[in-house]
Amino acid sequence: MERYTADTTISYPCDGAAGRTGGWRDFRPVIDLTICIRCLRCWAYCPEGAVLRADDDSVSINYDYCKGCGICAYECPKKVIAMEREE
Amino acid sequence: MAIKDLPREELMHPGAGSCPACTDLLTLRMTLKALGPKTVLVTPASCTASVACGYPKTPFGVPVLTMAFAAGGAAASGAVAALHRLGEDDVNVVVWAGDGGTYDIGLQSMSGAMERGTNFIFVCYNNEIYSNTGVQRSGATPFGAWTTTTWKGKVDQRKDMPAIMLAHRLPYVATASASYIEDLYRKVQKAASIRGPKYLEFHIPCAPGWRFPMERTIEMGRLAVETGAWALFEADDGKVEFNLRSKQILDGKTQRKPIEEYLELQGRFAHLFRPERDEEALAGIQQFIDREWERYKQLAACGMSVG
Repeated sequence: MERYTADTTISYPCDGAAGRTGGWRDFRPVIDLTICIRCLRCWAYCPEGAVLRADDDSVSINYDYCKGCGICAYECPKKVIAMEREE
Repeated sequence: MAIKDLPREELMHPGAGSCPACTDLLTLRMTLKALGPKTVLVTPASCTASVACGYPKTPFGVPVLTMAFAAGGAAASGAVAALHRLGEDDVNVVVWAGDGGTYDIGLQSMSGAMERGTNFIFVCYNNEIYSNTGVQRSGATPFGAWTTTTWKGKVDQRKDMPAIMLAHRLPYVATASASYIEDLYRKVQKAASIRGPKYLEFHIPCAPGWRFPMERTIEMGRLAVETGAWALFEADDGKVEFNLRSKQILDGKTQRKPIEEYLELQGRFAHLFRPERDEEALAGIQQFIDREWERYKQLAACGMSVG
């Protein structure tokens, strides 16, 4: 990425600007892909962008940054996402 | 527009410093999907600014100008002028301000930028409180809501900011909700396609500030629309049209749900239900919503002329 010199403070974009936010999680979303209908509601409504959408529209969770809010599980029309207690 | 058609490209990086279930982050993500990389954001003091302000890292994949609380509109005017000078008139300049930076502290500079016809989009993400500083009341806080500065419930009604913006005779004014994401995406794209000053307001439930379980965040926004506490509409050159569920309600095809269904799920209204029900306040809130909808009917019929 191009870097700028200026007489002010400039921050640069990267993943994990606030660290590995996955460590904030109390509950971990686990997707049962065998009954997922690929409606992508979890992907659309994840605030963090931590639900990953593959080329075939199957979804997976980016556990490095998922904060465990549970919106994906609550909004899933087929209830295929379980929230499991972190160890 | 279906969810499948939303672009895959993400301009927000994961791992931002915002709370879990933050709908500010969700609507930012969707707005940047709609606008694409040729976008400059201006963020006055707000939750977003505290997410963006970290040094040396930021989650934003587009340039962000973090600005003083009152200066959102003024900074956008400057950014638009500077980009014009550089010959880059195809860049979307977007102010991304909270309800404090819109309804209260940011009002005059925004009003000025609108009146001067600046070619930009002003987005107010409205969570009805000053959440970044620890949940104080704002001009957008609804009657009866607990905040740290209204600990027996707010005694005043909220302002109607979209109507104030309609009175500026803007080419495009729209309200949206984090819970109707395709509608929100469409309105952002439409705003970007119109020249001149545009105003968008997003209703975004805030789990820590409103005190409800965070996984129900999207449901809370949906209930706000279904009970009529929030209305989805857009005004093209002053002609007001309601959208989705709000249109059904206005046309009498769907009944509004009782406002209590929305209030009783939120800790900020718990004092209206426990230890005993505050019938007077609850009836007052319902009457206020009823009156608002009478007004919406007139608004849809008459609109606001532009020019």
